[in-house]
Amino acid sequence: MKSLVCLKQVPDTETQIKVNPEGTGIVTEGIKYIINPYDEFSVEEALRLKEKFKEGEVVILGLGPDRITEAIRTALAMGADRGVQVAEESLIQADPCAVAQTLAAAAKAIDYDIIFCGHRAIDDDFAAAGAMLAEFLQIPQVTLVTRVEVAADKKSAVVERDIEGGKETLEVPLPCVLTAQKGLNEPRYASLPGIMKAKKKPIDRKSLADLGISLEPKLESRSYSMPQERQAGKKFEGMEPDEAAKTVVQALRNEAKVI
Amino acid sequence: MSKVMIYGEIKAGKLKKTALELASEGRKLADSLGGDVTAVLIGPQAETFAPDLARCGVDSVCVVEAPELESYNSEYFAQALAHVIGEKKPEIVLISHTMQGKDLAPRTAAKLGVANISDCISFQLDGSKLVARRPMYAGKCYTDWVALGSPQMATARPNVLEVVENPKEGKVEKVSFSVDNGRPTYVTKDLNLDTSGKVDLTEAEIIVSGGRGMGGPDYALIEETVKIFGSKAAVGASRAAVDAGWRPHSDQVGQTGKTVTPNLYIACGISGSIQHLAGMGSSKVIVAINKDTEAPIFTKADYGIVGDLFKVVPELNKELKALLAE
Repeated sequence: MKSLVCLKQVPDTETQIKVNPEGTGIVTEGIKYIINPYDEFSVEEALRLKEKFKEGEVVILGLGPDRITEAIRTALAMGADRGVQVAEESLIQADPCAVAQTLAAAAKAIDYDIIFCGHRAIDDDFAAAGAMLAEFLQIPQVTLVTRVEVAADKKSAVVERDIEGGKETLEVPLPCVLTAQKGLNEPRYASLPGIMKAKKKPIDRKSLADLGISLEPKLESRSYSMPQERQAGKKFEGMEPDEAAKTVVQALRNEAKVI
Repeated sequence: MSKVMIYGEIKAGKLKKTALELASEGRKLADSLGGDVTAVLIGPQAETFAPDLARCGVDSVCVVEAPELESYNSEYFAQALAHVIGEKKPEIVLISHTMQGKDLAPRTAAKLGVANISDCISFQLDGSKLVARRPMYAGKCYTDWVALGSPQMATARPNVLEVVENPKEGKVEKVSFSVDNGRPTYVTKDLNLDTSGKVDLTEAEIIVSGGRGMGGPDYALIEETVKIFGSKAAVGASRAAVDAGWRPHSDQVGQTGKTVTPNLYIACGISGSIQHLAGMGSSKVIVAINKDTEAPIFTKADYGIVGDLFKVVPELNKELKALLAE
């Protein structure tokens, strides 16, 4: 069972994001990077498939400069078999189309039954690369996946996805792209033996030239700005619960006018 | 001539409110550009919804019907939408950033060789260039984006754009289209929709959320609040509550959960971490109830009550019931 897992890094969720003085991006100094949480679900699911079928390979595909090696290594420490890194600096601020084009070009050289992407990356929140990748590879996509059951013959999978107010269950032929949603699984921690083994696992570095592509931007960011800081309003302390409740309800009706 | 095209999502036999949001915004943009708004509806008897769209400023409604388009399918719907876009050549295409939109927009964009600016909260025009503002880093900053290439495609965050009545003709045009079923795609086996009438968090106008302060999986108190508010309200949860197994993942509000945009957000027993604020910070009005006066949520709440939620919420429910019964 061969899974290809696409992975990227994002700033840690504790990061205080600040826009740079020119308004062209965020201040990146001092940012701690983590694997995009949704990509962790992807890695975990791929590992579970390999365990279920008792054979196969989990390949980690990471786009980005040097620091992403660490993220790929972490996924290898969780149990993945090998990594492929496209170490192109411009991929960091790239639009989803450029990202998907790169993923597709890299995927063509990899043997896979299934591809996992995160539903979205918590830095750009585009939620697009996985679906675009599927279209470029001309294979089906299922987004917001919360459960995967691959058939014994590995030709199809029964998959559950999120829809507003419920779930949709569908059967998808393999190969396909699935984008992982929270609730798919609980990612494992890398064990100490896993971390040691990971040091010897291969990470193949490729350039855009190696993949035979050059990136054509389809979107352009014009300016970055900080949202207006939300201020505290009224705080009611030391009041009896019924008094406080009455005051707030009246304010919601007469002042805020939301009810 | 079609300047702006909007996609109207039909769900469980109803036109989603997001379609009217897009129609209204499309009308605004088209008026500035000096052109028409065309809506695209895909599915059986879709023309039933033309009058609703016409009321919000749509000049023509393209309706696409085919056996494979009876219910949503990524590949077939993307083919159909790409086909209509190819026929009508709009300059701008707007889709809603719903769960379907997130699935449909990027695939359609890829088919057309463009990219989609997703989850936009506002639009401006710079000449004929669409400038779309979108939050990034879970709303910690905003970025303005433009699309290079044509059409310029964007998805709009639900519940943010205003619905404005501006009646136009809404002339129905049936587009004939045959799906290419040589392309592999999935088959829907089961649609398990919550028929209790619960609204999804991303579409709720009022959200009452419980966090660690709830002390356990018993959310009856705030479920009561939601019941009093009615069908447009929903129960939310913080990550702490979801990780503790008290509430399902689909209830989680926050940076690694859902981003919500209700008119009113009531946070009960939620401290207000950066990650939680990232998910609900663009609520119109925030009410916080927490025992701890130092809880960060009070720095962002419009109305804060320092107190025991188990004493305050029952009183809140009483007051709300009385007020809303009037």
